[in-house]
Amino acid sequence: MTDLSRSEGRIFSDQYRTVQLSESKTVKDDVRMVKDKIDVRNLNLWFTDRHILQDLSLSIKSNSVTAIMGPSGCGKTTFIRAINRMNEIIEGCRTTGEVFLDGVNIYDEKINVFELRKKVGMVHQKPNPFPKSIFDNAAYGLRIHNMVNGKKLEKDVEQALREAALWDEVNDRLKESALRLSGGQQQRLCIARALAVKPEVILFDEPCSALDPTATAKIEGLIQRLKENYTVVIVTHNLQQAARVSDFVAFLYLGRLIEYGRTKDMFINPKNELTERYITGKFG
Amino acid sequence: MLFSATSSILIVFFIIAFMLSEGWSAINLDFIFGLIWHPKTNEFGILPIIVSTVIVGVGAVFIALVIGIPCAIFLAEFAPNWVRNIIKPSVEMLVGVPSIVLGFFGLMLIVPFIRDNLGGRGECILAGWIILSIMTLPHVISISEDAIRAVPNSYREASLTLGATKWQTVRNITLPNAKSGILASLILGMGNAVGETMAVYMVIGNPNIPWIPTSILDSVRVLTSTIVMEYGYVAWGSQHQHALFAIGVVLFVLVAIINLMARYAIKRGMIER
Repeated sequence: MTDLSRSEGRIFSDQYRTVQLSESKTVKDDVRMVKDKIDVRNLNLWFTDRHILQDLSLSIKSNSVTAIMGPSGCGKTTFIRAINRMNEIIEGCRTTGEVFLDGVNIYDEKINVFELRKKVGMVHQKPNPFPKSIFDNAAYGLRIHNMVNGKKLEKDVEQALREAALWDEVNDRLKESALRLSGGQQQRLCIARALAVKPEVILFDEPCSALDPTATAKIEGLIQRLKENYTVVIVTHNLQQAARVSDFVAFLYLGRLIEYGRTKDMFINPKNELTERYITGKFG
Repeated sequence: MLFSATSSILIVFFIIAFMLSEGWSAINLDFIFGLIWHPKTNEFGILPIIVSTVIVGVGAVFIALVIGIPCAIFLAEFAPNWVRNIIKPSVEMLVGVPSIVLGFFGLMLIVPFIRDNLGGRGECILAGWIILSIMTLPHVISISEDAIRAVPNSYREASLTLGATKWQTVRNITLPNAKSGILASLILGMGNAVGETMAVYMVIGNPNIPWIPTSILDSVRVLTSTIVMEYGYVAWGSQHQHALFAIGVVLFVLVAIINLMARYAIKRGMIER
């Protein structure tokens, strides 16, 4: 509970500042005033005949951290993979409903899925750098999309590594294999790799589950800073982590959205009994 | 138990010892680098035969590469399950075709086709390439496909989530990571092609006096076919017989070197990963 109360004040002040940035002055309900980045409407998803996501609707605010919580197998990962359409690489996956990104339905058939994935970056559960050099890892997306080359490429790679708080640790060995880095460094390299293509949204799929506490703290600090420029959605098992890093929490259970709201409200005063039982550790 | 465990070592050892004892006296520089193979005048130079063997082997593997690697990529990365379930077993069935049947097929179909359309005797290097590439193809496909599948899925996902297309992912991530396995499949295919006897023997012509080929429509002899065709009438204990054993030794060494190379390629791939 100490963690929670400590994070409370910060979430509140952050929320407040975001609100003040957006035009309105007569703020009553600050949540409503923050711009929606992602708007999910009636999302349903099946893997062959298993109904994984059932009628999900929620909107994710711009420049905030939204945590997706819930017990194992409730569809958390599938949900965030629906935002960059990564589910469809699996055979037998079927989706209905809409996901709007800045007002554009990403499931529209006119959408270029590769451009979408460039806009919506993702960091996976286990650090998965390519077996290439550190530089080549960070430059991969830039090269794929032919965004820059030459000196500009080096600059962009440096910027991405700085943003991921990795530059100072690796700037003298960019040519070394990324597999020689520690787990936490590998994960930050994966974050840099995602940031390099200049996304707007970053999805984190339990980014710390394979890391030790020190590395976890670094990543969490990083996520806090990232929301200044990006919209962050993070799947987490870890209640303390959700309380520490997130502004909003969505609680999923068996593929349904049970409760969604500001983190402090949800942790202090959950409306749904299931949510309450989950956050007090009665099941999970 | 001990006997069973060591039996294969013993067998290899005895084969080597036997081959060397029979063939050693014929191995010298004139044998390896001599240009004329004419048993009647006791001239035993096998350079043209070695050259032909290498040409036939390399060409066959090249054809298997051109057809087999794209097939392996398709099976591992692009084919939906039901397509793979049809292609994979048929490719594997190709392994089970006895080489004499393939040779017969070559002799009845490919050789006349070449003779009628391209000229020459028809029994030539090209026919050997085609038959041998059919034989090595299934090995190349299945080993390469395994190598491509062994590339961790997390790499593919990482590439795709960055907005890479399927094909960019294959080219930049999957193939570079599978390259040692693919290389190993080609080298092993080469070993197969060089050691193969019956099918090749039936389609490459085997002229009485072997020469270094100048065209892919030339009839040639390879190491294996030379042994097969002359062993039947060789005089017991003659120099000719020793020379045939020496060819066996050369073949043995060649295939052993090729297999060691494949082993090295696989090992290096493991370390890289």
